[in-house]
Amino acid sequence: MSSLSRDEVAKLAGLARIEMSEEELVSLSKEFTVILDAVARVQEVASADVAPTSHPLSLRNVFRPDVVVPSLSPEQALSGAPAQEEQRFRVPQILGEE
Amino acid sequence: MIRSTAAQMAAKLASGETTSVTLTQAHLDRINSVEDKVHAFLFVDEKGALEQAASVDAKRAKGEKLSPLAGVPLALKDVLAQKNKPTTCGSKILEGWLPPYDSTVVANLKKNDIVILGKTNMDEFAMGSSTENSAYGPTHNPWDLSRIPGGSGGGSSAALASFEAPLAIGTDTGGSIRQPAAVTGTVGVKPTYGGVSRYGLVAFSSSLDQAGPCARTVLDTALLHEAIAGYDPKDATSINAPVPQVVQAAKDGNVKGMKIGVVKELNGDGYQPGVRARFEEALELLAKAGAEIVEVSTPNFEYALAAYYLIAPSEASSNLARFDAMRYGLRVGDVDGASAEAVMNLTREVGFGKEVKRRIILGTYALSSGYYDAYYGSAQKVRTLITQDFTQAFTKADVLVSPTCPTTAFKIGEKANDPLAMYLNDIATIPVNLAGIGGMSLPAGLADEDGLPVGFQIMSPVMKDERMYSVGAALEAALLSQWGAPLLDRAPALEAGK
Amino acid sequence: MSLTYDDVVAKYEPVLGLEVHVELNTESKMFCGCATVFGAEPNTQTCPVCLALPGALPVVNEKAIESTIKIGLALNCSIAPFSRFARKNYFYPDMPKNFQISQYDEPICVDGYIDVEIETDEGPKKFRVEVERVHMEEDTGKSLHVGGATGRIHGAEYSLLDYNRAGIPLVEIVTKIVPGTGKYAPEVAKAYVAELRDILRSLGVSDVKMEQGSLRCDANVSLRLIGAEKLGTRSETKNVNSLRSVERAVRGEMIRHAELLNAGGRVVQETRHFQEDTGLTRSGRSKEQAEDYRYFPEPDLVPVEPDAAWIETLRAGLPERPSIRRKRLQEAWAVPEKEMAAMINADVLDIVEETVLLGADPTKARSWWLGEISRIANDKDVAIADLAITPKDVAEIVALVNSGDLTDKLARQVVEGVISGEGKPSEVIAKRGIKVVNDDGALMAAIEKVCAEQAETAEKVRAGHIPAAGALIGAVMKETKGQADAARVRELLLGHLGQPTS
Repeated sequence: MSSLSRDEVAKLAGLARIEMSEEELVSLSKEFTVILDAVARVQEVASADVAPTSHPLSLRNVFRPDVVVPSLSPEQALSGAPAQEEQRFRVPQILGEE
Repeated sequence: MIRSTAAQMAAKLASGETTSVTLTQAHLDRINSVEDKVHAFLFVDEKGALEQAASVDAKRAKGEKLSPLAGVPLALKDVLAQKNKPTTCGSKILEGWLPPYDSTVVANLKKNDIVILGKTNMDEFAMGSSTENSAYGPTHNPWDLSRIPGGSGGGSSAALASFEAPLAIGTDTGGSIRQPAAVTGTVGVKPTYGGVSRYGLVAFSSSLDQAGPCARTVLDTALLHEAIAGYDPKDATSINAPVPQVVQAAKDGNVKGMKIGVVKELNGDGYQPGVRARFEEALELLAKAGAEIVEVSTPNFEYALAAYYLIAPSEASSNLARFDAMRYGLRVGDVDGASAEAVMNLTREVGFGKEVKRRIILGTYALSSGYYDAYYGSAQKVRTLITQDFTQAFTKADVLVSPTCPTTAFKIGEKANDPLAMYLNDIATIPVNLAGIGGMSLPAGLADEDGLPVGFQIMSPVMKDERMYSVGAALEAALLSQWGAPLLDRAPALEAGK
Repeated sequence: MSLTYDDVVAKYEPVLGLEVHVELNTESKMFCGCATVFGAEPNTQTCPVCLALPGALPVVNEKAIESTIKIGLALNCSIAPFSRFARKNYFYPDMPKNFQISQYDEPICVDGYIDVEIETDEGPKKFRVEVERVHMEEDTGKSLHVGGATGRIHGAEYSLLDYNRAGIPLVEIVTKIVPGTGKYAPEVAKAYVAELRDILRSLGVSDVKMEQGSLRCDANVSLRLIGAEKLGTRSETKNVNSLRSVERAVRGEMIRHAELLNAGGRVVQETRHFQEDTGLTRSGRSKEQAEDYRYFPEPDLVPVEPDAAWIETLRAGLPERPSIRRKRLQEAWAVPEKEMAAMINADVLDIVEETVLLGADPTKARSWWLGEISRIANDKDVAIADLAITPKDVAEIVALVNSGDLTDKLARQVVEGVISGEGKPSEVIAKRGIKVVNDDGALMAAIEKVCAEQAETAEKVRAGHIPAAGALIGAVMKETKGQADAARVRELLLGHLGQPTS
């Protein structure tokens, strides 16, 4: 039986950048026990000799020519910005590396 | 006037018997009178629709050659970007966002002078089968307002069934066009993957998503199909080939000599008796119309649901990463000293609903190192097996058929707390998306036990979409002559107040 | 306790690994049609695709694929018959989609190498650097950190984002580990990056300007005891923005690692940032807890399967390998090593070659470009290539000097005129009235005048003291405003004073 602990859910929520309450973590952890059992069924037939399909089409080599097309105006580009300054998107301080 | 078909409306516009402004206004009036019961729309663009209608009328007055559906109104699922019109995908996280660009589907609608009435309700980011996952409240099924209109495109299907619009656009990732059509007694088509551009369709699962036409008749659906389909250089997964001749197929409705394959695995246990009865009757009608009914087996379909609920969430976990409060949309917790990371976390907590979060976490898990092979990797292999099942089955039959859904519309709230039961709704529609082939749902009648619509699903091979229109039109004609009037005539009148 | 470099290499063997990111010089971005002009106003080169607006989709730039294949071929790689893009998932505000479209286990080019030559104690020695893979990806936007003391990310109150750079095609070139360089590891690292830069420049696929970030190097360094098999823990130094820094960064990390190891400590696997001012590295993010990038095939794009004919066409069009070309030119022009290096450093090899091909003598061509013209470029603080003088102009001027129509001094005036935009050499000559005075009558008049003025000196010459003639020749040249041919003046003067002229 597959399961996902509360801590594992918390780690996934961190990777997915979603803040979660304790209650949410616990309830998702419970739900996942059921959901993972259901989806784990794929393993029953996924033998080594079956090639994976990542895409329904067999298209290859779809390219565009290296031609410049007009961009959005900066006003349009920034039109949805929650905050802006000096024609740039203003975002809260970034923690992490340079 | 609003109860006629889109083709009839188009004919009246062409003959000058009515104008697009009159027709559009009639639909806006209808929306005004029934919308508080149905809640199909998230945004009604009264001004924009009337302006567009007036411009079509002006073109017609000048004698310009117009496209077949010019001037006919349409309801657009809120997952497609329309320039300077609200596009929320049923999510709080996109509340207030105005796209600075048109999706290719919208560009094609405008090019064809189809009048856009507004944006329809949907499960948040198209994740759901009931439209209950909309951040803006559920849509109600016009057949019974206490029931769901299907999902994720419940707004589009309800708009058709309540005569708020004669045409609608849906998107189908695992059944979001076909299942709503089935439970509302309307017609919906998921074209071959790559047949209609995905540019501007806010992605849920990129390798499964496909926009498609919805209407009340097979011919109307075909007319809309031809208006929106075709190669688009902005979508690298768009098929560069002529659009299948679906309108001609819908007009001919000829199934003589066609082999129709009944999928053994998509019938039987778990399917409501009324659903099975209407399905069997439909098969008889098709046989009478000259088709040969054969049985086909697709042994790997039983794994389709599991594969789908790994692939779609995996892609979604990545596709929805862009909703991070930095460039557009909701921003929560941007107080002094808050970090970008904290703001992202809080915004995504508040901005996404429960089902979206559930699927993002599931997808994050399925792709994470150490689990990739067991989950996402295995699901990709199942995808291969399902595609092989279809290839095999299509050597024995020209099209495949099944009930669209195991049941008729369920009650709002009935399955809200049981994700797995909810997921089972899509059991018959999902294989089509995994293989990228075409699928149609059209009404087969009402189930005896609850008097609610039953959907009949037709599946056709890649880029052979015209086949499902041939079969659909033949069945529709046979049923109509049996019923004597369109099925929707039997739906309760909403104006009376229920 | 500080170790000397000799102490370090006496005990430890360094193992290198180099990752180079190159911005391609395509007109449009990797996945959309936005322009890629460097230094444009913020957010003027963005669109729904590179801003990751909901619904937008990427489409691959064909030229970027072509450039990447060319790079692979020039680095002796195999071109994969099937390759795919993958999504690398991580959140960062400079990356609009919060995933980078990159390549994971199916890169477009694999298994190549380049040979570099460096000077060792035993003379020139060749080292082979093996290339593991060359893959395509996209660049991120640029952040401007506001508030705080340093303008750096740490202590900043907020950041401003410009997405003009987001989506510019990047090629990442990753070497296999490079053991066996011993004490020459820093030189090998530098020579590899230099050779790579020259190759990329010769292919014309990138501006390769390290200072503008169009070529960026990460240097991975680890140490192991000499004779040991097992690799030590490596550090990854980022932001190495010049060739000199590559060398300094490797050397610095070798010493830092050795000091840690000698003190009984251990090296932490982490990202470090090179600091240009001190030549030292500063700790970045620890990689002990590896990021989980959740790579998976990019579902919005289809695989790349370059056909053999395409690859062969690109292979046939590859330019001569820069190091081979240098050897060839050095021999053909009979230039000493030092002069050759000077030309390469000044980046004039191409123009000198072109000038020579237009008929100029290699020595003269070189001396014009490396001398007078370089000096003017320096004064004006512009690149030689940006001056308004072409190889054709220089070849023409050299020819005029050879034919005696210009003196060296006059030629300098012509060069100066061409550069200041007065036109082609012939136009400058015409406009400025530059002309060698070769009218003997006019020269004789000047000579007689000078000899009369400086009678004493003239007498000395007449008495056979030839060196004294120099002062008279100078005065005649001055009299004729430099437009006379000094050799002819000398001839006439000596004749006038009854001396042999040869």
